[in-house]
Amino acid sequence: MKWMKNLKTYVPPSFVVERDDYRCIRCKACVEQCSFDATFYDEDEDRVWAWNANCVGCNRCAAICPTDAITVRRADPTYRYNHNWNGHVDSLKKRAIFGGTPVVSMGNDKPYPIYWDHMLLNASQVTNPSIDPLREPMELKTFLGRKPDSISVSDDGLKTKLAPQLELDIPIMFAAMSYGALSYNVIEALGRAAKEMGTYYNSGEGGLNKDHYKFKGNIIVQVASGRFGVHKDYLDVGSAIEIKIGQGAKPGIGGHLPGEKVSETISETRMMPKGSDALSPAPHHDVYSIEDLRQLIYALKEATEYKKPVAVKIACVHNVAAIASGIARAGADIIVLDGFKGGTGASPQVIRDNIGLPLEVSLAVVDERLRQEGIRQYVSIVASGGIRNSMDVVKAIALGADAVYIGTAALIAIGCTMCQQCHTGKCAWGISTQDPHLSKRVNPDIASKRLINLLEVWALEIKETMGAMGINSIESLRGNRLNLRGVGLNEKELEILGILPAGE
Amino acid sequence: MRIVKIREDNCIFCHLCEVACIVEHSQSKDIIKAFKREERPIARCTVEFNYPISLSIMCRHCDDAPCIEACQNGSMHRDERGYVVVNPQTCVGCWMCIMACPYGVIKRDTRREKWGLSTKCDLCPDRVIPACVEACPNEALTFEEL
Repeated sequence: MKWMKNLKTYVPPSFVVERDDYRCIRCKACVEQCSFDATFYDEDEDRVWAWNANCVGCNRCAAICPTDAITVRRADPTYRYNHNWNGHVDSLKKRAIFGGTPVVSMGNDKPYPIYWDHMLLNASQVTNPSIDPLREPMELKTFLGRKPDSISVSDDGLKTKLAPQLELDIPIMFAAMSYGALSYNVIEALGRAAKEMGTYYNSGEGGLNKDHYKFKGNIIVQVASGRFGVHKDYLDVGSAIEIKIGQGAKPGIGGHLPGEKVSETISETRMMPKGSDALSPAPHHDVYSIEDLRQLIYALKEATEYKKPVAVKIACVHNVAAIASGIARAGADIIVLDGFKGGTGASPQVIRDNIGLPLEVSLAVVDERLRQEGIRQYVSIVASGGIRNSMDVVKAIALGADAVYIGTAALIAIGCTMCQQCHTGKCAWGISTQDPHLSKRVNPDIASKRLINLLEVWALEIKETMGAMGINSIESLRGNRLNLRGVGLNEKELEILGILPAGE
Repeated sequence: MRIVKIREDNCIFCHLCEVACIVEHSQSKDIIKAFKREERPIARCTVEFNYPISLSIMCRHCDDAPCIEACQNGSMHRDERGYVVVNPQTCVGCWMCIMACPYGVIKRDTRREKWGLSTKCDLCPDRVIPACVEACPNEALTFEEL
């Protein structure tokens, strides 16, 4: 064995790699595929060994093994059971041994309530007819942007001048995931899928590689606190501009792209030195108030000749409704709400696991507040952060969202197994890495096909559910909370979500 | 004529093409038996690696195949499908084909009693799609019309 464990740095492994030695044919596919050095081949012994301490549970080895010889299982905790301390012992040890706060990735993985799973949808029975989406037309088309108070129509058509709108064939977009966090091939796949499905992908804060300018018409460009890669051409390529104030996975702190991931092309795209950490500040240093935000929104509108809607993305935090109201009044056309289950490429563990609000609650209160203030029509709401399936989309729209962003779900479609190692830059599935050899593992042809399949299936599922409810246009579902009933929720939660309990 | 197209951009260096080739050319065509019980055939494809480049390479079935020219007794010939194959009955293992091959994709099998045998990709005569193409998890090998 090349490795010997040392008590000084010992933390029990999280996973155990089990290999059926009879089935193992020593093809070494697993050895080549493991980017975390958890598997190696010993020539003298002619055996493949696992170094469990390094295993992150990404299951790449189990997936590639041609003889199904590998099983990765969670290591059972061997400490004496303690309800209070369970799960905290190792994370405490890590801090004590390594002296740093652990950085993690993906979304909050703690068992907070999932309100989506406490909401049920309605269906038509006898008193109103349900609709079969395979036989009758169903409308999923969505427009994002400021809507007028009223419209006037003459024989020549619409007389009211409309603000710029984003036209979506399906109310699902790909969330902001930067080139830098994700590999080139993944961005390529997201772009192709967005183009094919008539929706948008978000560039994230990492700027846009010149090669991806070809997706013009299907890109939302992001302006975040680091201003990486923001210039005139970048703004021109975007169909909309999104100002990122906060991110659900790490509200209140800026972005962090570890230096390992800042390769030659990334440094070019981000306009920063190669190999240095890309740290975006926690606040926008020119946005310290709603008035400042208004200035930034209008500066961007001015720069793009008022032809593109401007979105503002915030993390869901305690006063989200009041903040959203301020953003709407500051002139934003779209508000993106990012719930605390939203993913990230790198975030301190404490922040990811403890800060923010559930998207479901925030969405309900923001929609309600904007309606009460009579300004709901001025902004579209995009829900993001922890949308796992098509029914989450339907429930989000029924709670008041105009569209949703999917990030983690899209990555899972490409191959992600949520091992939460994005920050290491060693993604064994080739997704969140800049290693030119690892990133080959995502074939944009296959990945874009999978994304298209996912969106098509979700679209069909949404249509099916709408049909069951007797609704033939997504517009009629928007903010239609009467189609939701809560189960297992207390009175206050139901009141905040604005839905009736099951049976009422 | 269809050949295996190699896409370097997609090769992930997993060697499954080699594994599939070995299984396909084994007696039992069973992966465990081929590797554990039987005399293991030589893989006709080889995965080359030079970070970050990797690609699987096997016989290109050239139009003007130098190996056919070089073969002294016609063992290396073009079959009815148009592919370059070797006749194991007549091959004497002089390795002239190996000397002539510009891609270095012909291998020596020296396990026969009398003479060695040139071993190369035969594009899996028993299959519609070659085994390596079917096994490639990332479409780095595709079976396409020339």
